[in-house]
Amino acid sequence: MGRKLLLEHINVPGINTFDVYRQKGGYRAVEKALKMTPDEVVEEVKKSGLRGRGGAGFPTGMKWSFLAKPEGVARYLVCNADESEPGTFKDRFLMTHIPHALIEGMIVSSFALGAKTSYIYVRGEMMPQIRILERAIAEAKNAGFLGKNILGSGYDLELYVQPGGGAYICGEETALLESLEGKRGNPRIKPPFPAIAGLYGCPTVVNNVESIAATVPIINDGGDEYAKIGIGRSTGTKLISASGNLVKPGVYEIELGLSVEEFLYSDEYCGGIANGKRLKATVAGGSSVPVLPANLSLKLANGEPRLMSYESLSEGGFATGTMMGSGGFIAFDEDQCIVRNTWNFSRFYHHESCGQCSPCREGTGWMEKVLHRLEYGHGKMSDIDLLVDVSKKIEGNTICPLGDAAAWPVASAIRHFRDEFEWHVKEPVKALETNYGLANYAEPIKKVEVTS
Amino acid sequence: MSDKVKVTIDGISIEVAPGTSILNAARQIGGDIVPPAMCYYSKLEGSGGKCRTCIVKVSKGSEKDPRPMPKLVASCRTTVMDGMEVQNITSPEVIEARSGVVEILLINHPLDCPVCDQAGECDLQNLGYEHGLQKTRYEFERRTFERIDIGDKIQLHMNRCILCYRCVFTADQITNKRVHGILNRGDHSEISTYIQTAVDNDFSGNVIDVCPVGALTDKTFRFRNRVWFTKPVDAHRDCPTCSGKVTLWYKGADVLRVTARKDIYGEVEEFICNTCRFDKKKTEDWVIEHPTHISDASVISSNHYETMKPLPVIQNNPKLQAANKVELEKTSKF
Repeated sequence: MGRKLLLEHINVPGINTFDVYRQKGGYRAVEKALKMTPDEVVEEVKKSGLRGRGGAGFPTGMKWSFLAKPEGVARYLVCNADESEPGTFKDRFLMTHIPHALIEGMIVSSFALGAKTSYIYVRGEMMPQIRILERAIAEAKNAGFLGKNILGSGYDLELYVQPGGGAYICGEETALLESLEGKRGNPRIKPPFPAIAGLYGCPTVVNNVESIAATVPIINDGGDEYAKIGIGRSTGTKLISASGNLVKPGVYEIELGLSVEEFLYSDEYCGGIANGKRLKATVAGGSSVPVLPANLSLKLANGEPRLMSYESLSEGGFATGTMMGSGGFIAFDEDQCIVRNTWNFSRFYHHESCGQCSPCREGTGWMEKVLHRLEYGHGKMSDIDLLVDVSKKIEGNTICPLGDAAAWPVASAIRHFRDEFEWHVKEPVKALETNYGLANYAEPIKKVEVTS
Repeated sequence: MSDKVKVTIDGISIEVAPGTSILNAARQIGGDIVPPAMCYYSKLEGSGGKCRTCIVKVSKGSEKDPRPMPKLVASCRTTVMDGMEVQNITSPEVIEARSGVVEILLINHPLDCPVCDQAGECDLQNLGYEHGLQKTRYEFERRTFERIDIGDKIQLHMNRCILCYRCVFTADQITNKRVHGILNRGDHSEISTYIQTAVDNDFSGNVIDVCPVGALTDKTFRFRNRVWFTKPVDAHRDCPTCSGKVTLWYKGADVLRVTARKDIYGEVEEFICNTCRFDKKKTEDWVIEHPTHISDASVISSNHYETMKPLPVIQNNPKLQAANKVELEKTSKF
């Protein structure tokens, strides 16, 4: 059994209430942190090697130490709970079931950064979670963990929950800040980075829900202890939202460094591919990372097993690797159509592009239309090269990473599954009725017994 | 140490004040190495970074940190560092990426230049000629919108818009009570006033001048004439609200339209008020200064009276021909 840090008490009835959470050792981190100095807390987080859980994997401690601290200017901590990546649902799970873990993490992190006001920006569609969080904040306030003079330490903190409008782009940190300020959620042009001029022009740190919650075990056990879990520079545990054709889809907490094969096939985690089918492809970190065929998902190009860690997943660059992303693990079995799936992702990015900069605004729509044509049997052979070309024109030329996120799935799908795209052009009628199947994407992987 | 920073663009070095953007440093050098800009407008705070036509490659970050920047950067919003080396037209990567941006800007553009009032002075048209492909690869129906009137003097034709946000910044920064902005998201986002409110203030007409394409047009000039048949003349008047420095566009003896004066990058020098722009269309309202200088490259200069008609005596004399070589080339060019 892997160690559980965040979801240790997930099955305790009533863990979403303050009393039960407190009984199970909750808010110890706050008590401990408030006795330390803010710099010591930052140092602990730095030592832990915690990397941002939102997608980019930037070390959280580093991010905190970059925060400008001019005299007399307010600093803000903003929690990015605008989780809208297709395939990712770990933050929603965390907020629904143990909201106090997030509140506790917010208090610790705000104290470390010296923020007197902190915001949790929750995606607009998550109304139940907003109510849960607001109730949790009220409970924490009643118990004296929020408000003026927390636990007699002289530290004041107000925590606010702000519902967003439900735009994917508002998960980008600067767009989130714009939206929080009440403006149109367009990403800002960087630099300046939020650590210098963020919310209302003040230094701001934006962190993912899971990163903030992970500060709780770091403070409780110490940064060094946390750094022992995991592998290499990927330390600690990570929540993975597994979905797709799996026997047991759901949110799992894994120790980083677990092999992909074990995660997919062991009964502790996903339990294998549903209905006795075989694995065709995986998307390892939410829809914006490159899609990988089964053989490359399980093994590196040199034959070593691929591990669930930031380094191992991105091993081989974009030619044979992918990315950890936000941990939205999607598995496709042999009956799934990659062209249709790519079109579906592309449709999402077309719909969610903010329309600020031209390559993303126009290019995502173009890719979506070409993929739609391919999927419905009106494609041409030249369309495939066209898609690669358009995705190259978008990638890297946009203000925010949404352009890259839209381009990568398309480019990688064509890189690895080109024969399937070509089959859609050659056999347009057949492609509508049947699927391409497994072809040669997977080395013969042993069929796993159906467990249910 | 001087307080200036040294930047090298395409091999040409210049010292500029710290905090200058790469684009403005390039404009100080001038010439071919200036990246084109569709959305950046030096007079408008916060503009730029959106169209991505001005992207350049930073091959050396600075003297302290010589690493190149990993991606192409928007030159209008990237500040120069001491010792920075920038490649614009000397980098094939930049040229390719820029032609990609131009292609992408044009895929939903109606390409109705033959009936567009902006044709001849359109930034997108120039950009398309310089960097675009001859043929589009886009085979789908283009996005269309209804034309709307914003106020009685301005028409908005969203089909042609490239969403540079210049007009939004103009309305926001030089007038108060902004009533128009961007609605919707992605490729169906549009510049609009909410439920067709009229834009009604003294300086609203400037949105026409800042528009790089034919999306915002002057209803008093629409379909009256092509710009290359008109003769621009700089003039001024004593205006109580604005500077009164304008360009009059003549056809014969009639003033067909009045615009603000523009510099070589197509930027307005001084914003003018609506009275000057829409109501003063008689020669007697103005003090004429001189013909406006129009670049040789512009189609407007094709029948411009700055071009010399060579006297008969020059045509027979090789020495005089050599002396007037530049002017003679202009006549033969068109």
